[in-house]
Amino acid sequence: MNEISNKWIGKNTVRPDGAEKVTGRAQYSSDTTMPGMIWGHVLRSPHPHAKIKSINTKKAEALDGVKAVITSKDIVDFPLDKPVILGIQDMRWMCRNVMARDKVLFHGHPLAAVAATTEAIAEEACNLIEVDYEILPWAIDIEDAIKPDAPILHDHIKFNDKPSNIAGTLEHKKGDIEEGFAKADVIIERDFKTEAVHQGYLETHSCLVSVAADGRATIWSSSQGQFMVRAMTSFLTGIPQSNIRAIPAEIGGGFGGKTIVYLEPLATVLSQKTGRPVKIVMNREDTMRASGPTSGSKSKIKIGATKDGKIVAAQGTYYLQAGAFPGSPIRGAVGCSLAPYDIPNAHTFGYDVVSNRCKVAAYRAPGAPIGAYGVECVLDEIAEALKICPLELRKLNAAKEGTKAVHGPTYPTMGYMETLEAAMNHPHYKSQLGKHQGRGVASGFWFNAGGESSAQLNITEDGNVVVTTGHPDIGGSRASIANITAELLGIHHDRVSVLIGDTATIGYSNLTGGSRVLFASAMVVTESAKIVIKQLKQRAAKIWGIDEEAIEWENGEARPAGDNAGNFDPLSLAELAGKATATGGPIGAGYQVNTEGAEGGFATHICDVEVDMDLGIVRVKKYTSIQDVGKAIHPDYVEGQLQGGCAQGIGWALSEEYIYNKQGHLDNTGFLDYRMPVCSDLPMLDTVLIEVPNPKHPQGVRGVGEVPLVPPLAAISNAVYQAIGKRSYSLPMSPPKVLKIIEGN
Amino acid sequence: MAKIQVSTKINNENVDYLCEPHDTMLDVLRNQLELTGSKESCGSGDCGSCSIILDGELVCSCLMLAAEAQGSKLETIEGMSEGGKLHALQQKFLEKAALQCGICTPGFLMASKALLDHNPSPTETEVRFWLAGNLCRCTGYDKIVKAVLEVADDMKESA
Repeated sequence: MNEISNKWIGKNTVRPDGAEKVTGRAQYSSDTTMPGMIWGHVLRSPHPHAKIKSINTKKAEALDGVKAVITSKDIVDFPLDKPVILGIQDMRWMCRNVMARDKVLFHGHPLAAVAATTEAIAEEACNLIEVDYEILPWAIDIEDAIKPDAPILHDHIKFNDKPSNIAGTLEHKKGDIEEGFAKADVIIERDFKTEAVHQGYLETHSCLVSVAADGRATIWSSSQGQFMVRAMTSFLTGIPQSNIRAIPAEIGGGFGGKTIVYLEPLATVLSQKTGRPVKIVMNREDTMRASGPTSGSKSKIKIGATKDGKIVAAQGTYYLQAGAFPGSPIRGAVGCSLAPYDIPNAHTFGYDVVSNRCKVAAYRAPGAPIGAYGVECVLDEIAEALKICPLELRKLNAAKEGTKAVHGPTYPTMGYMETLEAAMNHPHYKSQLGKHQGRGVASGFWFNAGGESSAQLNITEDGNVVVTTGHPDIGGSRASIANITAELLGIHHDRVSVLIGDTATIGYSNLTGGSRVLFASAMVVTESAKIVIKQLKQRAAKIWGIDEEAIEWENGEARPAGDNAGNFDPLSLAELAGKATATGGPIGAGYQVNTEGAEGGFATHICDVEVDMDLGIVRVKKYTSIQDVGKAIHPDYVEGQLQGGCAQGIGWALSEEYIYNKQGHLDNTGFLDYRMPVCSDLPMLDTVLIEVPNPKHPQGVRGVGEVPLVPPLAAISNAVYQAIGKRSYSLPMSPPKVLKIIEGN
Repeated sequence: MAKIQVSTKINNENVDYLCEPHDTMLDVLRNQLELTGSKESCGSGDCGSCSIILDGELVCSCLMLAAEAQGSKLETIEGMSEGGKLHALQQKFLEKAALQCGICTPGFLMASKALLDHNPSPTETEVRFWLAGNLCRCTGYDKIVKAVLEVADDMKESA
């Protein structure tokens, strides 16, 4: 290809890790083995809430093939009175989540682990561990957990000075809410409910850990952050971070759920005790029961508007399930729900509620879909009451550059209005609907994130490029980094390799999460490339005997900057690399920084459904996601983020839910009855990429991964209303529920 | 209990192995034969990540006992490309970004190959229903369906 015309940003290049993935050679964590490896298995609680009076491991230890048995005594304890924070996690909860200490708090809570020569023996040994439980009353749902006589999970957690399952609150306020409602011509107030849903990553949790005789640990695992794995394993085992090397395996989906550890500390301690590499693979049942999900919720939304469609006041109260330990994503619910709008008077309030469920983990825009669900449904009702087009209502109230958001910041340049205009003009919005069909719209916001990133960019001896970054690549970030590097250096995309370093080979890099990876890694790669280009100019200056300032870097070669600089033939990257030893040594640079300037992302979705009036089945017929993506570095993978998020939203809205039985056990731990959308459930998912570049980013990047899951819950609910003429205020809108609504019960 | 000896042909090579009566085909592929391209995501036949082709038919290798493979011909993802040349489906999946995390990709490729072997010119609906046994959580299936339809079209043009 002619290098002079190369422009790689915005091109749909083939991803660097693609060939390995389509041939089955890519190494996910459970694909890894080691000589002498043995297997671990975890004993889990059969009760939702119980005191552990004693654990007797003697029989298990005596079983032929068993090498070690561990309990909470083998994991570092973090006393309850001292928070130890790592990111959004607290080690007090983390140590008790990976291994129950004095109480089990949910069905599936780990309380011992075994290492044995085979997986089957390890499992058999777990069954021989004798646990004496004192069963306690339990609370699964929010209503049960917050009533006055609720069983208390953590005695030290107090709310209004009394032991409580309300572990925390968060609020945002703007203006005067009472004054605002007093000005309203129409006020709508509704209660909403959503169920807990799992991220649904197809790769279950697994790891392989080898602790050598010198005490140094190597961890192969699938996670959204090898540095998170290193830090948490260090905290929970006491091994210093310098003695833990965490190698990121290819990751088979995460969506937020792989931002914490479950197995790594256990396998590390088992490997320490046995002197053997230990592999643990969580099965699907345990993955559903004891990892993931995001919160179920109840909320109350009240919005008031004047008759000309101006929102004058909005109020949202949210209760979110945290699972067994504090930490539900209330920030996403109270912070994002009103973010698309310019509202003078607002108040959002969130409660973090613990109950006897698995501890929640992040899930794509954590909390924001719950926040937007109620608000965007109530806006639909306001539009109807005022006889205004729902998109027009949103336009009338849309936040713009300079708007002070309810959650605090004043917005810079942003593309929310553009998404609304694109929606109004989209052929989908103007198309005809059939019988029992309905159309809904909704908008959504996610903060996006910056944070720590590191990159190393090295020029090979033959003049090609290897870039290493520190973020596990879930959805094609290596492809985008290759595009950016090729563009900056002015060379063909094929000459760039992109690798994900492990904790020993690249500087600290925060999690793959918050839609931060491309935003942050593009920044550090850009800075590295700038340094490398400066080095290349210096080398050319040395060869030509002219000033570095008299040289420009263009299309992959050093050239004299003008006639005054002298008359020299350009020096290509390959030529300069070939002369590197003579001109000063290896060419390459690293850059590490805490990236700032991640600006929020906005989206508007249009959804058409058709409802089977006899069976209550809702089918999505047509779906269009429109999003301000800043700048699409690799448009196909940006579209993929929009489509994937929207499919997860369809599942959340229509078919996915955690179902607990009367014993406090999760009833649907398999994909047959935890029903994620399959191929035949969905239509093609259209996307419109709006590009309003982020002014604070060298390529204009905004995070794109999380916003797509924010609007679907309400867009689909609003469409169902249009189809059947009655509203559902709870999710999922499963066939029996929809049938009841149709029949008016 | 004595192990069972099994003789098969996997990806056109003769393969003999010993297995326990309860070993699944997937266990043997992954843990004995080092064919880890077939993935276990559910172990209950609900996700299709372990899809292989057994004597021309698409099966979930997690639902099949390894002992049942005696005398059979198996195709796994490791045999899909020939002599370093990607199969048209593999190439199209790359070009059309029909994968994100990639864990479901081997299963989708095997299922798509089985579809086109049975039905070289499927409609979109036929593709969607054939692939309904394979879960993907990243893509929303859009680009996968388009890739399969395009390969079918390409095959028609080159036929």
